Amino acid sequence: MKALRNYIDKVKPNFMPGGKYEKLRSTFGGFETFLFTPNTTNQPGGVHVRDAVDLKRNIIVVVLALIPALLFGMYNTGYQHYHMTGETATFWETFGYGFLTVLPLLIVTYVVGLGIEFSVAQMRGEEINEGFLATGMLIPLIVPADVPLWMVAVATAFSVIFAKEVFGGTGMNIWNPALIARAFLFFAYPSKMSGDSVWYGAGEAVDGFTGATALSLAGSGNYETYSFNDAFLGFIPGSIGETSALAILIGAVLLLCTGVASWKTMCSVFVGGAVTAFLFNQFGPDIECLNPETGKMEINAVGAMAHLPWMQHLVIGGFCFGAVFMATDPVTSCRTETGKYIFGLLIGAMAIIIRVLNPGYPEGMMLAILLMNTFAPLIDHFIVGRNIAMRKNRVKANK
Amino acid sequence: MSDVIKLKKGLDIRLAGRSETVYSQVAASELYAIKPTDFHGLVPKVTVNVGDKVAAGSELMHDKQHPEIKLVSPVSGEVVAVNRGERRKVLEVVVKADGAPQTVNVGAADVKSLNREQVIEKLLETGAWPYFKQRPYNIVADPNAQFKAIFISTFDSAPLAPDYDFIISGNEADFQAGLDVLAKIAPVYVGIHNNGTSKAFSDAKGVTVTSFAGKHPAGCVGIQINHVNPINAGEKVLTIQPQEVVAIGKIFSKGELDFSRVVVVVGSEIKRKSYVRTTLGAQVSNMLKDNIASDNVRIISGNVLTGTAIPADGFLGFYDSQVTVIPEGDQYEFMGWLAPGFNKFSASHTFTAWLTGNKEYVLNTNTHGEHRAFVMSNELEKVLPMDIYPEFLFKAIMAQDIDKMIELGIYEVVEEDIALCEFVCTSKIALQKVLRNGLDLMIKEVG
Repeated sequence: MKALRNYIDKVKPNFMPGGKYEKLRSTFGGFETFLFTPNTTNQPGGVHVRDAVDLKRNIIVVVLALIPALLFGMYNTGYQHYHMTGETATFWETFGYGFLTVLPLLIVTYVVGLGIEFSVAQMRGEEINEGFLATGMLIPLIVPADVPLWMVAVATAFSVIFAKEVFGGTGMNIWNPALIARAFLFFAYPSKMSGDSVWYGAGEAVDGFTGATALSLAGSGNYETYSFNDAFLGFIPGSIGETSALAILIGAVLLLCTGVASWKTMCSVFVGGAVTAFLFNQFGPDIECLNPETGKMEINAVGAMAHLPWMQHLVIGGFCFGAVFMATDPVTSCRTETGKYIFGLLIGAMAIIIRVLNPGYPEGMMLAILLMNTFAPLIDHFIVGRNIAMRKNRVKANK
Repeated sequence: MSDVIKLKKGLDIRLAGRSETVYSQVAASELYAIKPTDFHGLVPKVTVNVGDKVAAGSELMHDKQHPEIKLVSPVSGEVVAVNRGERRKVLEVVVKADGAPQTVNVGAADVKSLNREQVIEKLLETGAWPYFKQRPYNIVADPNAQFKAIFISTFDSAPLAPDYDFIISGNEADFQAGLDVLAKIAPVYVGIHNNGTSKAFSDAKGVTVTSFAGKHPAGCVGIQINHVNPINAGEKVLTIQPQEVVAIGKIFSKGELDFSRVVVVVGSEIKRKSYVRTTLGAQVSNMLKDNIASDNVRIISGNVLTGTAIPADGFLGFYDSQVTVIPEGDQYEFMGWLAPGFNKFSASHTFTAWLTGNKEYVLNTNTHGEHRAFVMSNELEKVLPMDIYPEFLFKAIMAQDIDKMIELGIYEVVEEDIALCEFVCTSKIALQKVLRNGLDLMIKEVG
């Protein structure tokens, strides 16, 4: 490591102001601090020792927590593909297919996202923020395997520029950048983001294969096509990283043990979702209703979703992934502890409400989180307002 | 005894280098200095010249706005230097001791027969008034102001801090005499540790005693004020430390001007960690002679959270009872953010320190990362046991929004109260500086 350090020290002057490659200063700094924790010391007027933790450490925990979902997502992509084509494949063939499908997505998001981050940091003359290391991992995990790479590139660029950098970069954004990327894809290219054909990669389907996701099946009253176990383990079609509740929960354990994600937010989302779904189970409209035109009893989509068992709700679609990795983003969630409970409960409730009451739009999690991201500062405003009121009352009581 | 206020929030940094409660003999220092930079809100006017002979207790400087506030020489001797910094700002006035006895008789006075004004006048005359700090803002107190209360914390919970139970032993009567003097100025509140042993503190007379339990910053007087009798807008309070109370007690009960102080010399780089009897403003070189284990160290007058870095021939700060020596951290570390970091201390659970029980850590001065915007939430709150939202307060200060700052409680905090917030801050923001800027802005705009 000494040699590497010496080499960096040797080339460093080229990147400093006045050097040959001054324009690449931020980029150089980014790589240097990536390799070596800087030698800066605490300055007068403040503490002399500091906690060992920094933002890089927190971000790397998030990336590690995403690994189980990523690996399973790769396997499941292959599994679903071979399931569609009806071919038989070994474990490694299955994983290999998924690996080759997902890897380009990962590379494209990181190259596009980091490219923009590096150039913006350079323009502002700032250090490069590590926030995108997590975002770049999240984006491929919440898109269908079949999405064209250029769309991912456009969506990533859109979210990094318009959801993050225009607000001032990591820590200043209002909405979760990864979800903005997904929302952008969803509304700009709906045909590539939902429906029955986007989850499997290229290839001819065998006869009788429908390809519908668990959520769209649930909307037609056929949720039993996928058992709770399949949905929990993740052998169902869906966005790359979202299908396996088990893999996501392994990540959740890491996030909670390290304290990087707030258990208050995470648990509140699950509680909010479970309670809302349970209420729909109890009091939702009937599954079948009379169609006045035909005079026959027909499946009613709202009723069908309302009677999807609450446990099933939590393991299908993007609910788990959103609760564990998206809602807990500290920047875009509430920053007060009481606020986190409200924020989480409302996300869970809102996600289920959108799923049930708007059957034309099966996935409620993304919009629920983005909606609550918008209201998080408002929730905090009222929580902090109570503290302000307490202080004012104390003054009055003293007079 | 009163009820115990248990503080759940806080953090004890498990810093290596604690001292046993023993004294060691150190040769008396030759040089002593008073540093006007220790007194916030004081504009010094130096009234001596280099070469002047001064007695212990005679004036070296006074405040330009309040000439009656004097900074006096702690020893008898000769002024050998007036060191100035940028724009001729006075940094320190150095006195070389001549070895004359250090206690000076100013005549005892019976506190009971004196009124409030006479007490304050005597404190001003003897140079003891700057022992007080005024809140809000942590500044030198205005002698003409009315104070709601005087607060004393009798235990220091900061890393490697001195044990006042130990320091005070032998001076119990003088401590009580000091309390009697303070009670003339305003009602006195004494905060004690629930495991404290000194009867001087727990059985203090004529004052309100409150017992606290919990991690640092339970010993910070600001935290105690917040739980006992919080500062509201428009109110002023005084704070003072136990050793200064003893000194004030001696002035009135015995007529002695006593500038002797006990400091604890600690830190992982100190060979012989111990308590040392010395004098206010003493040069630290004798305490550190043949006593530092490595070359590249930082010497701090005070503790690692709020102290001031001083050179090896620097001087004790006016309010400091501690000298800490820790390694400098100006080294690079390969992939430090990824390594398991078994030897690193962190309040966050991303390192293993939370699993290692009482293991003590050698901490250096490295920042362990670069400055970022606020990202993580609820880390500052966890180490501030007050009903304040620190992050929102800091953001209001950064935005220079004075109304918000007041609403969010800036009157109730000073740097030492939020020093732990700065320690744990993932984004490495200089929060004490941010707060100081906010306090200075408040002084300028609101007063």
